[in-house]
Amino acid sequence: MNPSATLTPPVSAGDHVAGDSNAPLTLVEYGDYQCPYCGAAHPVIKRIQRTLGRELRFVFRNFPLTQAHPYAMIAAEAAEAAALQQKFWEMHDFIYEHQDDLEPDVLPVWARRVGLNLEEFGNAIGKGGVSTRIKEDRLSGIKSGVNGTPCFFINGVRYDGTADYEPMIAVLKEQLNSSDI
Amino acid sequence: MTALKAKTLAPNFTLQRTPDQLVSLSDLRGKPVVLVFYPADWSPVCSDQLALYNELLPEFYEFDAQIIGISVDGIWSHLAFSKDRKFHTPLLSDFEPKGAVARLYGVYSEKTGEAERALFLIDAEGVIRWSYVSPVGINPGADGVLKALALIAQNKGDSTIPELSQLPLKPNS
Repeated sequence: MNPSATLTPPVSAGDHVAGDSNAPLTLVEYGDYQCPYCGAAHPVIKRIQRTLGRELRFVFRNFPLTQAHPYAMIAAEAAEAAALQQKFWEMHDFIYEHQDDLEPDVLPVWARRVGLNLEEFGNAIGKGGVSTRIKEDRLSGIKSGVNGTPCFFINGVRYDGTADYEPMIAVLKEQLNSSDI
Repeated sequence: MTALKAKTLAPNFTLQRTPDQLVSLSDLRGKPVVLVFYPADWSPVCSDQLALYNELLPEFYEFDAQIIGISVDGIWSHLAFSKDRKFHTPLLSDFEPKGAVARLYGVYSEKTGEAERALFLIDAEGVIRWSYVSPVGINPGADGVLKALALIAQNKGDSTIPELSQLPLKPNS
């Protein structure tokens, strides 16, 4: 059989984590802000988070497909710049919820909407820290066996099913039950 | 049908890339070549295997490797597909006789009439050093082939290098 691809490196304190850090389930997404399939997966993840509550921590890592999506990198930089102001998830959600309108000019407007300091935001975009972070995520994605976006890992193992609620929740619940033993 | 294994001399072929351009494997001798067989152009995801490799070209270029896509689609489909997805790597048309090169490499599916999703890493001397056929519907990613390229680069010029498939990098065992 095919030993599944494994998350490398594992989730650490440096990751963007939503949910209980001691949760038994970890769902990691490698995503691209301009990828329509990632956009479609966004509400699915939200629903999974609501269903599993404290049982789940969700982690997002950047994997911008810049050749296919010209605004993927600037959007990733915007979310990482928001992270420097402790508003990563606010910006992350806002971008995915308005993905159809994504273009470079709207990002400062969106940054203001989520309550960012625009001067700091503007200074952070394109700066070393932000782009280094994205490069590190991308490199970890290659090592982990990311094969497109969105690419999910459930407790460290690549999930090769479709990014729909039913099949994902089934695998997550199976993991939860097996970890109870 | 069984895919050609490591240590096999890669069979030469000549396929059309554009209406007036042919590409032969032997023309590419001297640098590593990654042959990417895939079922069809226009798969309904934007982030398919070819898009991933297109994105990771800088990583492949570090090893001086050339990526070649091969499917049974015609050249006009390939041209439109390449333009639409902004691919920078050649797509070759294994169209007439249909799937002949895929058969030569042992990765033609009689059932679907398409190539399987398969990877062959051919070294600068034209020898297959690593191959991998994906389970149906699973896109293999890039980690396996990049690891194999790194091992070849480390052992450059060493013809006694152990068969790569014996090393713990083959995703399919």
